Order: sequence, then structure tokens, then C-alpha cells
Amino acid sequence: MRVAVCVKQIPDPASPYDLDPDTHFVVRPTDQVLDDTDRYGVEMGLQLAEQTEGTVTLVSMGPSGNLQGIRQALAMGADKAVIIDDGTLQGSDSLATAGILAAAIQREGFDLVIAGTESTDGYAGILPQQLAEFLGVPALTFAKKVSVEGDTVRIERQTQTGYDEVEAPVPALVSVTAGVVEPRYPTFKGIMQAKSKPVETLTAGDLGVEVTTKQKIIAIRPAPERASGELIEDDGEAHLKIVALLEQAKVI
Amino acid sequence: MAKTWVFVEETEEGPATVGLELLTKARGFGGELAAVFLGNGSEENLAALGAHGASKVFHMTPSDALPTAAAAAALADLAGSHSPDLILFGLTYTGRDVAGRLSARIGKTILSNATDIAMEGGMVTVTNEILGGMTLVDAIFENDPPYLVIARPKSFPAEPSGGGAPEIETVSLPDVGHAGSAIVTASHTEHLEGPKLEDAAIVVAAGRGIGTEEGFAVIEELASKLGAATAATRAIVDAGWVAYSKQVGQTGKTVKPDVYIAAGVSGAMQHLVGMKDSKVIIAINKDEEAPIFGVSDLGVVGDLHKVLPKLIEALGNR
Repeated sequence: MRVAVCVKQIPDPASPYDLDPDTHFVVRPTDQVLDDTDRYGVEMGLQLAEQTEGTVTLVSMGPSGNLQGIRQALAMGADKAVIIDDGTLQGSDSLATAGILAAAIQREGFDLVIAGTESTDGYAGILPQQLAEFLGVPALTFAKKVSVEGDTVRIERQTQTGYDEVEAPVPALVSVTAGVVEPRYPTFKGIMQAKSKPVETLTAGDLGVEVTTKQKIIAIRPAPERASGELIEDDGEAHLKIVALLEQAKVI
Repeated sequence: MAKTWVFVEETEEGPATVGLELLTKARGFGGELAAVFLGNGSEENLAALGAHGASKVFHMTPSDALPTAAAAAALADLAGSHSPDLILFGLTYTGRDVAGRLSARIGKTILSNATDIAMEGGMVTVTNEILGGMTLVDAIFENDPPYLVIARPKSFPAEPSGGGAPEIETVSLPDVGHAGSAIVTASHTEHLEGPKLEDAAIVVAAGRGIGTEEGFAVIEELASKLGAATAATRAIVDAGWVAYSKQVGQTGKTVKPDVYIAAGVSGAMQHLVGMKDSKVIIAINKDEEAPIFGVSDLGVVGDLHKVLPKLIEALGNR
């Protein structure tokens, strides 16, 4: 089974990102990490590829930087990566991004596309569905469990009140929630091998697609601040303060 | 005059609450207001849509297929023939699926995660929160209508307007071929004890500070004492300690209880966005630098495994 996994390099979430004051775009440093939520998709892809003697291709759009994040995913075991790095795509919305990724995935050929449910930095949370529509395949979304049997992919789809069992024939797209599988840590061997795995860098022109972003940020402003209250050290009696506040809030 | 549509899916308890919230908000835009309802649609459910301001309901009934691809196609056709200015979706699993597919199908961008929507003279501005809600971003559309917006639950109150029975137009779901070939073979409802997280007056949330999976027991005990719902951060849901349905934050649920007790929660931006609008926030954390203290009404620097048992005991003696 040919599995394409969508991944994204993002600024390290440990240090809050900056926005360019003129363009309002996220300033992307050379050092970017693999979005933590993508590790689940990569792991899922690897497990399904191992089961079906298939391959895992990473597909990503954004500034390559030093490819640190992509190498992280290759070190886990993915076979190769295709990255669309094109300055004209800076500030793309998810629809434009989905259009580009769809073209790249179609060019590679696929049986299954795996994506996270949303990125940690942009989190619009609609790219997998847009991508599935462009590819003309069913979207099995919000999967907390995934299995493949022959040409059928089955998932447990998160719902508001529990979960549904959903299945579809491949080709299909699956979006996975964090926690769907336990992501493996790259081994030393994996890290060494990742350095020589193929990484193809493309532009929108190489893919023969043209996309435009149709939304624009007009203002960035601070939210009304919530005043922080009292901070106390627990001296063994802090619970009494909590009780007093619960009484004041009239919930007990 | 603006023409606004609100996509509303059916849940076990009736029309999704976020749909009613969006109908309430959209009433303020004036003009025509219709609901696009995906569900079996009892008379009661359809009446609720009318009561919240929809004068018309486009009603789609799902089969055993996962209806999202077909619903998006049906909605695309409807939008083509009726030309709505604005289509609003709630940030739910199905809302995101239908909105995403519709967007790609008709080539219109989506502004997602909206916490406010303003309409002035046909100009729509959508606000969302970034950096854990510390920063607001206002954005506009640069394509022609329909403008597609996905809004976070609890951004607006749901209030009936006293509107009467809506006009119902039945819309059949088209065959969309392979894209619509996913079927639902079984549905499972998780019966959680205690009040529903989204509606609870008190929420007791745990973060990595509980230390182990077993550490959640004290959170459950406190919640049961208070008649509260339990919640969790992404970190401990990812770790597999707590069910995903309890996750509060950017990726999870948004809550606005009267009291939010955060135990061992550091206050990552991811989490703050889902709970910072709670009326009263009480936080217990060992690290006095924890960002959660920045939004707390009462912050206790201490060990939750010492503070919570005493709190439970004190509450038990009342």
C-alpha cells in the first residue's frame, strides 16, 4: 500500500512564534521542528506500510529551512519526502495548501493519505477534508483507531458522544487524532539513514498548479486581558482558601 | 439584504447547540436566515431551528453512509441556486467535514476557529484567537460570496427568538461516487458519569502534574464531590491516561463553567484557549512560573496530591 503522510514543519512551540508586522505571516525560522501531532500520522503510516509491504512518502508544504522536522519523520522510518517550498505560496490559506498537496500526492500516486486533524500553529482544522475533496476520495476523519484489511480501511471516528465505526474502500484519506498510536522514537540507525533518504523539493510551477489565497488578515490586536488574582503558597491550609472561593462563587 | 445560512447537525439531544448559537448570532445580521439541517429531523428539532430564528430549513436526511461528502455536494448545489452571502458552521467533527469539502468543491476559502463575526454593509469580518487567546486576529474574505466561516462553540449564547415554524425544503443527498463511499457500520455512545463537560457548572481538569494515569483518581473523586465534570489537557490525553472526549483546548472542547479547577495544568496556550473564559479559575501547580497562574483568580503553588485530598475532606465535612 502506498501511503502518503502529510506533515508540517513548524516553529518550536516551546518558543511562541512571531508574526511579521507587515504581512501578518508567521515568521518561520531556519530551525523548524516536526509538528508534534504529525508524529501520530507518521507512525500510523509506517505501521500500515509495514503490514502491507508498502511505502511511506512524506508530503509537506512550506519553507524547507534546514529540513530538521522532515528529517525527524524520515528518521522514524518514512521512505522519502516531497516538499513544496515556494516563496509565492507564503501565507497560503488551507484551501491553497490543500490544492498544492493534492497535486503533489496525485503526482506520487497513493492508496491512502494520512493527515493530522489540525496543525499546532495554524489549526484551521479543515485541510484533510479539502484535500480529500480535491482527490475525490472519502475522508475518514478524526480517527482514534485505524486498520486496513485488503482494500478496505476501517476507523473508529470520534463523535460528540462516543465513536462510530466507519469503513471505505481505498483510495481514501484518514485524519488521525493525537494518541491514535504511540509514535516510535527514531533509532540511531534511523537518524543516520534519514540523512541520505531522498528529499525532493518542488515549486507550484513544477506541479503545474496555480493557487491563490482568498483571505486576508486586517488587524492583530491584544485580547482584553484577564486580570490574574491571588497567588498563594500552600502552607497546608490552601484548601480552605479554595473552599472559600467556591462558596463565594455560589457553587457549593 | 444579507442572506445567511447556518449548517446544523442533529445530535442525540436535538440540533447541535453550536448551531443554535450561530442562528442566534446571525439573527443580528438582519436579512434572511435559513438553517441547513443534517439529521432525521423530528418536528421538535425542526421547530427548535425556527424558534432560534430560521425562517427556512433545508433538510437533509443521512443514510448509513458517512454523509459528509454528499452533504457538501448538496450544499454546493443549493448555494449555487440560492446564492447565500454567508454560510456558518460550528466547529464540530461533522461541521468541519462538510465545510472543508464544500470549500474545496466551490473554491471558496474558510475562516476557521471564529470567536466573533461582524457584518457591516455586506462586509464580513471574522475574529479568531491565537497564542492561547492572548491575541485576536481580524480577517476578511477576498473571494466573492458565499463566505464560509467555522465558529468555535460557546462563542455566542443560544437564545430563542420566539420564531414560528420554519418553511421546510427537503433536500436529497446526491450520489457522489467514490468520495461518498464511506459507510458507518456501527455507532457507540460512551456513557460518562456525571454532568456533560460542555454544560457542567464546575469542571475539574488534570494535566501532566497528576504524575501517572492512576493520579486521575483524585480528580474524579473531587469532581464527584462537587458534582463537576472532569477534563484533561492534551498532554495526558496523548499519553493515553484519559479519553479524548475529555480534552479541553484548541484541539478539544471549549468550556465556560462557573468554576474551573486546574490541577497540575501548566497552562499551555493549546489548553488556555479552551477554558480561559471560565468565570472563576482556580489553579494548583508546583511551578510558580506556570502560565496557568496568569489567568487564575486563585493560584495555589503546591502539590495537588497534598491539596486535593484535604479539599475533598473539607468538602465532605460540610
